[in-house]
Amino acid sequence: MADTTKQFPLPSSLKVVPGTEGAQAAFPYYTQFHDGDDERFWFYNSMHFPEPMHHFDMITAEAAYCALGSFNTRVHVLPTTKGIDHRIINGRVYIGGVAVTDTDEIAARAVEFQQRAFYYYEHWEELYDQWKVKMKALIADAQALPMPHLPDLEPIETTHTGKGVAANHELIDTYRKTLEGYFRMWHHHFEFLLLGYGAYLTFFDFCKKAFPEISDQAISRMVAGMEAEIFRPDEEVKRLARRAVELGVDDKFHDGMNIDDVLGALDQLGGAGKEWLQELETSRNPWFNVNVGDGFYHYHRSWNDDLSMPFAALPGYIDKVKKGVKLERPTAQLIEEREALVADYRELLDTDEDRATYDQLITLAHRVFPYVEGHKFYCEHWYTNLFFNKIREFGDLLWRHGFFAEPADVFNLTHYELESAIVDLMLSWSSGSDPIGPRHWPAKVAERKAAIKAWAAHNVPPALGAVPDVIDDPAIVMLWGITRESLDAWLSVDEDKPSNELKGFAACQGVVEGTARVVKSVEEISRLQQGDILVCQVTNPTWAPIFQKIAAAVSDIGGSMSHMAIVAREYGLPAVVGTGSATRRIKDGQRIRVDGGRGIVTILEEEPGLAGEPVLEDA
Amino acid sequence: MRASRCLRTHEGGLALTAENAVSWFADLRITDRPTVGGKGASLGELTSAGIDVPPGFVVTTHAFELFLKALEQASPVRALIEPLDPNDLGAVTAVSRALRKRVEQEPLPQTVERAILDAYRQLTGGSASKPVAVRSSATTEDAEDASFAGLQDTFLWVLDAQDTVHRVRECWGSLYSVESIVYRRKHGLPEDGVAMAVVVQLMVDARTAGVMFTRSPTTGDKSVMTIEGAWGLGSAVVSGEVTPDRWVMGKITGEISVRDISDKHIRQVPAPGGGIVDEDLPDDMRLKPCLSDEELQALRTVGRRIEKHYGRAQDIEWAMDKDGKLLLLQSRPETVWSAKDVKPVTAPVADPLKHVMTIFGGRK
Repeated sequence: MADTTKQFPLPSSLKVVPGTEGAQAAFPYYTQFHDGDDERFWFYNSMHFPEPMHHFDMITAEAAYCALGSFNTRVHVLPTTKGIDHRIINGRVYIGGVAVTDTDEIAARAVEFQQRAFYYYEHWEELYDQWKVKMKALIADAQALPMPHLPDLEPIETTHTGKGVAANHELIDTYRKTLEGYFRMWHHHFEFLLLGYGAYLTFFDFCKKAFPEISDQAISRMVAGMEAEIFRPDEEVKRLARRAVELGVDDKFHDGMNIDDVLGALDQLGGAGKEWLQELETSRNPWFNVNVGDGFYHYHRSWNDDLSMPFAALPGYIDKVKKGVKLERPTAQLIEEREALVADYRELLDTDEDRATYDQLITLAHRVFPYVEGHKFYCEHWYTNLFFNKIREFGDLLWRHGFFAEPADVFNLTHYELESAIVDLMLSWSSGSDPIGPRHWPAKVAERKAAIKAWAAHNVPPALGAVPDVIDDPAIVMLWGITRESLDAWLSVDEDKPSNELKGFAACQGVVEGTARVVKSVEEISRLQQGDILVCQVTNPTWAPIFQKIAAAVSDIGGSMSHMAIVAREYGLPAVVGTGSATRRIKDGQRIRVDGGRGIVTILEEEPGLAGEPVLEDA
Repeated sequence: MRASRCLRTHEGGLALTAENAVSWFADLRITDRPTVGGKGASLGELTSAGIDVPPGFVVTTHAFELFLKALEQASPVRALIEPLDPNDLGAVTAVSRALRKRVEQEPLPQTVERAILDAYRQLTGGSASKPVAVRSSATTEDAEDASFAGLQDTFLWVLDAQDTVHRVRECWGSLYSVESIVYRRKHGLPEDGVAMAVVVQLMVDARTAGVMFTRSPTTGDKSVMTIEGAWGLGSAVVSGEVTPDRWVMGKITGEISVRDISDKHIRQVPAPGGGIVDEDLPDDMRLKPCLSDEELQALRTVGRRIEKHYGRAQDIEWAMDKDGKLLLLQSRPETVWSAKDVKPVTAPVADPLKHVMTIFGGRK
């Protein structure tokens, strides 16, 4: 053990928050810290799991790490790293990489890697086309799964067709297929991801050597794809705004409108109104299958489930259409700008050798990038929405059978427990007696809801265990941006010293001062006034429609290559992402300054009476 | 060396005229360095490239040579210096004192004096409200050598014709400063190659001024520019009397990655009777950035233009007048990083995929 250096607390020293022991124990045994974990380094995956986990939602971590690890360890055979182990304590997901350190093993794996990964690079376009077909088929399978349902008596067809299987069997069948699809989706998700990031990072690494002070943003802009699906949902909102004007129904849309009333009024109107509603349907399938978070939690609902986000943007876009402003994304111009940027940096290189390498690397990065930007729409958005909505249907069924106080309580069960509850219901339906669940689950659900509240208020150490000398794991560096330097920065944070500065990733340059609007859920976006600074937990491309309204954006989560950052740059919206604590530190209505070029947010005025005093949770 | 060849040409019969003694910026190019010095040639080159430079002229080395010829006729100058031992500071100091006195006080050839006065009148319209800067412009190839040799005199906010002529003489006199003589003797430089041009240029009553490097002074990165500035005249920044605000910005993207706003306790402003004076700054200005983002972008644009014009990284002095107009006061090639050996960042390979091993293959 290092004797003089500071280190993070050991896993064994972490205490379960008193009163939450039952909720903690309900997480599967393989996610609990155990003997031997003190010897390893762990960090809190705040990027993907910024909030305490509902017991069901931990399936996202499980399915993702099953897939990520498989591709790293055994499919592409990354030379220096294997997969990711994860543990859950107090509802927080800690992860640890598994590095390969033996030089012979690295050499052997490097031979394998070049046979396997290089094949992917060489056949990238073809394999990616194939991937989209595969992914769409998987989505179609999920859409085809029946709504879980238990009739009082089997329909007579069961008898007449000699089906030989009763409805309760379909419950477990649907449930298992739902889980199977989710696990499979995550495999598809990681089929290309690390290789894509790797090619990007190779270019990134070259640029950092050639131009030591180049910003991450500049490199990202050189690589950014132009046809990516992430921009499409916002483009659809713009299209709907234009159609509303063309059809003469634009007067129905205004700030603060009640969406149901508007939809009703358009339906009543008939003709043009119905035509617009038809256009809305066209946009919704599939492009409104984007969720307002990153899709890792069940409560990140999609636009289709909640139209607040696209509708909040419609009045502004309609206004612009009427003023003759061109709204559509100028793809040709963007490509031209990107090419000019690539050429300008190329010109600064000193040698022909470097120019040759630069050309090779930017070409590779441009080839892989459509996947890096595009996969999220299919995986984290579209598929994830289908998945959580299917689980909601099970929640609804169980609620109707008295298992829960409300349907969403289903997310307080682990996926194993949910299967047991479904089997409980299947048994009771078959035997004709009452299920046991209604006596078993409500108390557990209440206990876990209380635990999540307690965990949310509890301090989370950013990392656990001894700091490694070097962070050499490409997966950790690529996906989480964690380096030895960032760990040192975490260690040097003086918790007792109040500061009015928050540091994050510089996502898009520009300095803006304005009023902070802390938006904790999508229902609150109507509070945003023209020129406000949006402060939220996670922003992603699906928030793009309101970028027209705000002066800057700040988020708790995200890296400089996050989708939020990519979109902010395209919209020229000053943004700082990944501050870790903006929604807790910044209070609604405070004046703040956002420096998007440096990744710094400054609180300009403390609330009277609060300056210098400890900030209370939920104050 | 070429300056001395010019002199011989003149001795060969070509009469020195006012046109030879003074050259306007607009007529100069960088190749005129041997007769107008580095600073003068650069200002001429910038002017002709369409960059905003405060107008001015250069008192050429011809003028100096003519004066020197007159001095030599009265009593020897160069012959006094050539035998000096650079370690004999007493002897050097005595010669220096005597020669500087002569340069500053003995009568100027009429053609030279007339040329300077005519040009001054043309530049200022004879108006004292148009103060000038008088700056030495060394013909030495290396600016750093010039600085080492004490050839970097600058007189700011000079208010009248006679004072201007006097300051020109002081600049010439710096050729005979102790440092300058010692430097030449140590390096065995022949005295007949020694010449000095002097720039006379309208002063900018700067709101903000400073310097700009078109590559990073710390890493040599050619993709960024570093801008340093402070309130008032640029002399405070150049001399280091004020810690300037500092910005680093992407040369191509314009993104500002570093904003170091320092406590600028004073600014240098024109003194009532000529020259400059330090002025304390009110609290609200000390910590205020001395340039807006738009002004930084304007500087970047000009910096890129100049760098493109010369085809190499530049070290630039600039000033922004009270109306926010940006003017360039000097641009010279960056020398520190340009002198280093250029090596490829990565060894070239035929198969582009091999490059990904720098990420996946582990630490080399």
